[in-house]
Amino acid sequence: MEGMKILLVDDEEEFVKTLSERIEIRGLKADVALSGEQALKAMDENLPDVIVLDLKMPGMDGMEILRRTKKAHPEIQVVMLTGHGSEKDENEARRLGVFEYLHKPVDLESLLRTVTNAYKNKFKSSMVAVSFA
Amino acid sequence: MNFKNLWAGLTKSLLHESDHEATNRYRILRRNIFILMILITIMPLIIMAVIYQHEYHSSIKKEIVIPMQTLTHKAKHSFELFFEERLSVIRFIAASYSFEELSDQKTLNRIFKALMDEYCCLIDLGLINKKGIQLSYAGPYDFLGKDYSEQKWFQEVVVKGNYISNVFMGYRKFPHVAVAAARRTEDGSALILRTTLDTSRFDDIIASMGLNPESDAFLINRSGIIQTSSRFYGEILDHCPLSFPRGNYEPIVSEVRDPQGRDILIAFAPFSTSDYALVLVKPKSDVLHTWHTLRSKMLFIFISSVVLIILVVFKLTDTLVKRVKEADEKRELTYREFQHTHKLSSIGRLAAGVAHEINNPMAIINEKAGLMKDLVAYDSNFQNKEKFLGLTDSILKSVERCSAITHRLLGFARRMEIQLVELDLNELIQETLSFLEKEALYRNIELILHLADNLPRISSDRGQMQQVFLNIINNALAAVEDEGQIVITSWEEDSDTVGVSIQDNGSGMSEEILKSIFDPFFSTKQENGTGLGLAITYGIVKKMGGDIKVKSKQREGTIFSVYLPQKAKIGPGE
Repeated sequence: MEGMKILLVDDEEEFVKTLSERIEIRGLKADVALSGEQALKAMDENLPDVIVLDLKMPGMDGMEILRRTKKAHPEIQVVMLTGHGSEKDENEARRLGVFEYLHKPVDLESLLRTVTNAYKNKFKSSMVAVSFA
Repeated sequence: MNFKNLWAGLTKSLLHESDHEATNRYRILRRNIFILMILITIMPLIIMAVIYQHEYHSSIKKEIVIPMQTLTHKAKHSFELFFEERLSVIRFIAASYSFEELSDQKTLNRIFKALMDEYCCLIDLGLINKKGIQLSYAGPYDFLGKDYSEQKWFQEVVVKGNYISNVFMGYRKFPHVAVAAARRTEDGSALILRTTLDTSRFDDIIASMGLNPESDAFLINRSGIIQTSSRFYGEILDHCPLSFPRGNYEPIVSEVRDPQGRDILIAFAPFSTSDYALVLVKPKSDVLHTWHTLRSKMLFIFISSVVLIILVVFKLTDTLVKRVKEADEKRELTYREFQHTHKLSSIGRLAAGVAHEINNPMAIINEKAGLMKDLVAYDSNFQNKEKFLGLTDSILKSVERCSAITHRLLGFARRMEIQLVELDLNELIQETLSFLEKEALYRNIELILHLADNLPRISSDRGQMQQVFLNIINNALAAVEDEGQIVITSWEEDSDTVGVSIQDNGSGMSEEILKSIFDPFFSTKQENGTGLGLAITYGIVKKMGGDIKVKSKQREGTIFSVYLPQKAKIGPGE
């Protein structure tokens, strides 16, 4: 999965920085955004392939970012990773087109598996989009 | 103390008293109502009966007293008339004839003969001079020359002008009465005429009173000597054993007890002109016969109405207390259910909150420990590498365990959310059993299914229904010994309810345990149970608008009956 660009969005700095470090140890690229606003800014600068998104954040929350991302760049795959989240949130996220909905704490290997699947899915769906075109 | 505390105290006292106290309370309630009702129904009845009896008694007595007075009065009058007649005739003779004429034996005989023709009961007639010497005499005896001057009656007649004697026995041992009248002559001396009467006329007058055999009437004199024969109180000249009121010339009626022990009414009428008094005696029992029959009728009515009232009040109190008890029990049940649902929902909220708050720091620990592990793993020169990897693994495992717990708690909260689908309960039960069949097989437990054909499909949440039956069947499996038996039955309870029962022949539960089995964190499985299984089950079934009932007997087994509406009526959720 060389060249896959991941954006980690979470207000919990200790968590998200460590996570990014661990991903990078494994030879992948993972940017960090500590708020919704930072995430949108990061997306403008460098479009990621997969976003790992926290749900509850001060300011703009995960659901809003998901909504905007899917509107502006529907091909970007979003994996929700949250410590909160009821069934209602999950259903809402799925309706908005989230690739997967995971609960914290998560095993890194299974997170990376999901992210990789999402990355593959991006091309599948973009190919469908291309064939439509 | 605010209202809330007061209410809590009240409900506590109502709901948590022991069975013994409750039974006692209802017993006291029953007793109080019973006594109160008896008092307010029977007391007026008693008061009325007493007043009525008293009034009636006195009025009946009046009814009896007045006729007795009248009768006595009339008879007395007859006697007085009888005496007055005799007196007046001898007064007339004394006035019409001169002393000389009367002294003449022949003339006296003629007068006596004429008198005998006109008046009954005359025995003799005699003239006595002022010295008390009998001068002439007409009659059967020889009294000529007899000297009466020393006798009391002679002195009385000289002073008063006339005299009526008490009854005395004459020479022929017959009761007699002597009547005498005195006249002062022109020359200043006195002449006295005396006649003796036989008393047969007295008996006639008494007979004319028309008394029944229980009654009695007789004459007595002032010193209580009987003057005419009495039925019950002695012969002529005996002393009468009765005592009488004194002093009045009108007949007086009094109540006494006679020497024979009879209660009697006495009418006593003293004569105005003589020493006599007429006595009329009637036995009270005879007189009050009507009163007694009336009283026994009244007593009968009184007793039978009291018995009837007691029976009705008893039955009424019983029904009333039963109703109160039923209402209390119903209220208690509702309150418990309410409390339980409330407890479940608060625990759900709490669990979700705790789980969420813990998940974030847990994630940090997870990543930090993961990074440590990564760093150590990628560094080939690290000292104590094995030990370090062991340590981080242990941290990660603990995190995993914590995460399993928080997920379970979140799951508990999430079970409050429902997704309705149409499902076949029989199919669902069989599906659920497939998870547990291995254990049953291994432990040689017999699973018997009595599933109704054509069981109506119900609209409910598949996952939650599975949870319900999984929990109950799991408990059944835990309760039975190896080679035990579990029977699962499904049926159509009514047009919109389906029932499923899970019966085991395991250890059963005590009353105490049975009360708490649906409480969260109550478990009998020690470290093997969370105490949430049945609480969740209960919460789900209640949420679906259904009901669970449990019957259990120690050492015999337990039966769980689940009732589900065909269309889930979702209760107020979280």
